[in-house]
Amino acid sequence: MIALLLRDLRLAIRAGGGFGLGLSFFLIVVVLVPFGVGPETELLSRIAPGILWVASLLAALLSLDRIFALDFEDGSLALLATSPLPLEGAAFMKALAHWITTGLPLTIAAPALGFLLSLAPDAYFYLLISLLIGTPALSMIGTFGAALTVGLRRGGLLLSLLVLPLYVPTLIFGAEAARRGSDGLDPSGALVLLGGITAGTFALLPFATAATLRINLR
Amino acid sequence: MNVCPKLEVFDNRQRGFDPIRVARIGTFIFWVVDVTGNRGLQPAIAGDINYPEDEGAYASHADGIKTALTVIENLKFWADIHGTSLPDTVLDTFDLADLKNRLGGTLSAGQKRRLGLARLGVIGRKVLFLDEPTVSLDGFSVKLFADWLQNTHLASGGIAVIATHIDLGLDAPELDLSPFRSAPEATGGTDEAFL
Repeated sequence: MIALLLRDLRLAIRAGGGFGLGLSFFLIVVVLVPFGVGPETELLSRIAPGILWVASLLAALLSLDRIFALDFEDGSLALLATSPLPLEGAAFMKALAHWITTGLPLTIAAPALGFLLSLAPDAYFYLLISLLIGTPALSMIGTFGAALTVGLRRGGLLLSLLVLPLYVPTLIFGAEAARRGSDGLDPSGALVLLGGITAGTFALLPFATAATLRINLR
Repeated sequence: MNVCPKLEVFDNRQRGFDPIRVARIGTFIFWVVDVTGNRGLQPAIAGDINYPEDEGAYASHADGIKTALTVIENLKFWADIHGTSLPDTVLDTFDLADLKNRLGGTLSAGQKRRLGLARLGVIGRKVLFLDEPTVSLDGFSVKLFADWLQNTHLASGGIAVIATHIDLGLDAPELDLSPFRSAPEATGGTDEAFL
């Protein structure tokens, strides 16, 4: 399983890989928002947690269709399915690799970008924590969506339509935790629910992903 | 392991395969590959297929090569996934030693195919299902592959089911599927599987 993770990370970093794609999209969106909204720091500071969360969600969405499509095209997905590695484990590792190449860099970059949106000083910590807890769920749900659309040509649009509604709870609780942090309220309730969503997706979706892949590989 | 896996694929032919499936060699082999190689990804249409779990492997037209990984990284990956180590001889056997640090994307079709077949030498599976393994190989490479099959794979108790258009020169029984070839359509259409 570690071999699959290392291979995916290596592929993402090499030329033509997905590493940096989500991160640069995130940077661009967050840098553009103050130009669009105007230089009112009070307004920016109020919408900053939401903007950062929506931007990271869309950035994660950007590279989802690569998770299985490339392996499907060159035949390695079918070979993986016949290998001793359980497909559930492969699905888990694929999601983990996607998170390390997308969610983790976003989480690390978010506080720096929060400065551009004049994020409230109290919110930095909770923004970081909420992204750290929430973005793995984005990768796991996205992996499931990628498995659903793996055999389709131009499945990217369908993938977005399928996955975005499933992202809503993560977005709500993630942005809520960061917002409560910035308002000086107790964000623990939202963080616990966010953690619950992430734990739930990682417990259930590898199995759903593997079952979906088996159907799509027929 | 000295146990020779038992394979009953062809016995099932007499017991009522769907004639359409048998008629097209390409589809047939792909079907066999799907049922057996994919550990039940595809339910069997008829009959039973028995061989030890986790002893089957297949190679079809897609070699599963990552273009951004080097030849040796590609092979190492499959060895790790299957929990085997990379045999020292495999690069020489498939004439890949000079290419081992080249990226998969820079290989020619024949070189890619050799790399795809070298995977079979790495993963140590006993039952191989091969759908036209010699496509895009030159005469010398075909001989390399046939030598590996005969002297390494079969000699160590392995078995291989191969769909092929050329004579590999193996000492093995052949199953001629041409009697089951599907009749051309009444309108004169051709069967895609034979194009």
